[in-house]
Amino acid sequence: MFKKLNNIGDCGIVCDFGEEVNREINSNVIKLFHHVKEEVLKGNLNGILNYTPSYNKLIINFDLEKINSSQIINFLKSVDFSKLNLFQNSKKWTIPVCYDFELDLENMSKKLKINKDEIINIHLNTDFFVYMIGFIPGHPFMGDLDSKLFLNRLKTPRVKIPPGSVGIVEKFCNIYPYESPGGWNIIGRTPTKLFNKENETNPCLLSPGDSVKFKSISKEEFKKLSNE
Amino acid sequence: MSNYFFEVLRPGINTTFQDKGRFHMQHFGVAPGGCMDLKLFSIANALVKNSLNEGVLEFAYQGPLLKLVKGKTKIAITGNVLFQVTKLNQEGINGECNRTYALDEGDQIDILATKQSAYGYMALEGGFDIKPFCKSVSILSRAQIGPNEGQKIKINDKINIRINSKNKKNFLTKVPKKNKSTIRVLKGPQFDYFSKESQKDFFSKEYKISNLTDRMGMRLEGTVMKNIVSTNIRSEGITKGAIQIPADGQPIILLTDYPTIGGYPKIANVTSADYNLLIQKTPGEKIFFELIKLREAEQLYKELLNSISEIIKNIKEIN
Repeated sequence: MFKKLNNIGDCGIVCDFGEEVNREINSNVIKLFHHVKEEVLKGNLNGILNYTPSYNKLIINFDLEKINSSQIINFLKSVDFSKLNLFQNSKKWTIPVCYDFELDLENMSKKLKINKDEIINIHLNTDFFVYMIGFIPGHPFMGDLDSKLFLNRLKTPRVKIPPGSVGIVEKFCNIYPYESPGGWNIIGRTPTKLFNKENETNPCLLSPGDSVKFKSISKEEFKKLSNE
Repeated sequence: MSNYFFEVLRPGINTTFQDKGRFHMQHFGVAPGGCMDLKLFSIANALVKNSLNEGVLEFAYQGPLLKLVKGKTKIAITGNVLFQVTKLNQEGINGECNRTYALDEGDQIDILATKQSAYGYMALEGGFDIKPFCKSVSILSRAQIGPNEGQKIKINDKINIRINSKNKKNFLTKVPKKNKSTIRVLKGPQFDYFSKESQKDFFSKEYKISNLTDRMGMRLEGTVMKNIVSTNIRSEGITKGAIQIPADGQPIILLTDYPTIGGYPKIANVTSADYNLLIQKTPGEKIFFELIKLREAEQLYKELLNSISEIIKNIKEIN
């Protein structure tokens, strides 16, 4: 299953599943991520500190005082992927989005030669898969968008993007959890909070491996939901 | 909540609460953070008889000026730190690091500067009365996570203290000074992305620490690393101490508050044993990298932990 298992530094392991970005490869990353996380919660893997999935890799960080690379590699080699279930720990979400808050649809429409409504429809009809979350807290990288909507990042990133902005780049869709700089093409905004510091047990709404579908809402509904 | 507190008369440059960090959250985009220098952090807590993961104040370069408005407490400052203790209505006296001081109501503690180093620590008997987030009191200011609304300490902030100290005994220990310019590293996952010549240069040429250095990363200036494969990789999880090389060929070492994922090739990774030494280096200082093997790095880390235990064992009461 692994293409490579290597140490990164003296307190990390990289589980490399291959070069491509696709759901099959990422599914295996996510399966292993859930498995490691569960084993840690059950207390079967003492000393593991973090498990970070990305498109094609899982990085495991550990406390070198309690466990070392070769012990973790032995554990990883014993994992039977055929027994891991991708969906038992994954959730399905519907996230409301108000497309009236777009910033780039006009330009995108020109570049892609697809009208605005069609872009929105493609986005609404896509079943997104959360490949990974990161860079800043709660920030999801979701795919796959139809190749018809393939766009690069903005040439000049914006200095400030409002929180909740929904963006697309290449075959991916993101949501900015905080006001931040960014170079994605913004097609709308969601009132849903992706990272909630008030919720200690579950601060992050989405988790790698979850599925997301968007639902179009009006400005009025956006306002109402924002105040909830 | 207790009524005992310090008032912040001057916050210092980068003063935050830190413990060992916040774990099991990197998959949500939350870096572990925590103290930059595990050794000094542990010794500070041990001196005031706290658990070794109790939250402390970490400061960089210029520290805070604090006034104990209410209560009695005992503090310990570790690092190479210039500071003064001013008893109420008396002249300030120069403080010594690696020992405790009992403070009474009205006393001030003025942490002026870290000498030839970047980070220092102030621990408090019984700890600070601060609210953890997800089991840690570490402030991750970039993401505004942790106590004090995830912000650095500001002027006029009130810093609450958990207990009113009754114990007047003071303690001290000796911390041998360690300083070397060679930082030991392991090969990074994209080591082969760099030309043979660059690989050789990396382990023989000096690198200067630039001003663009903070809790998140340390930018270096020196011989440009030539990437012969690709200057971008697919974003992947980051590990503390990763040395990444962006397109300009100048290394950036990712430190404690690192971004959780990143897309630059990593030529090497700083060993846990030398991480504490590295982060105490200040802009303008020069360093060299030495390549070692994993087993050696693991052994060196054990030795570091043993040396910390030894320093803690040697804490003695001041008569």
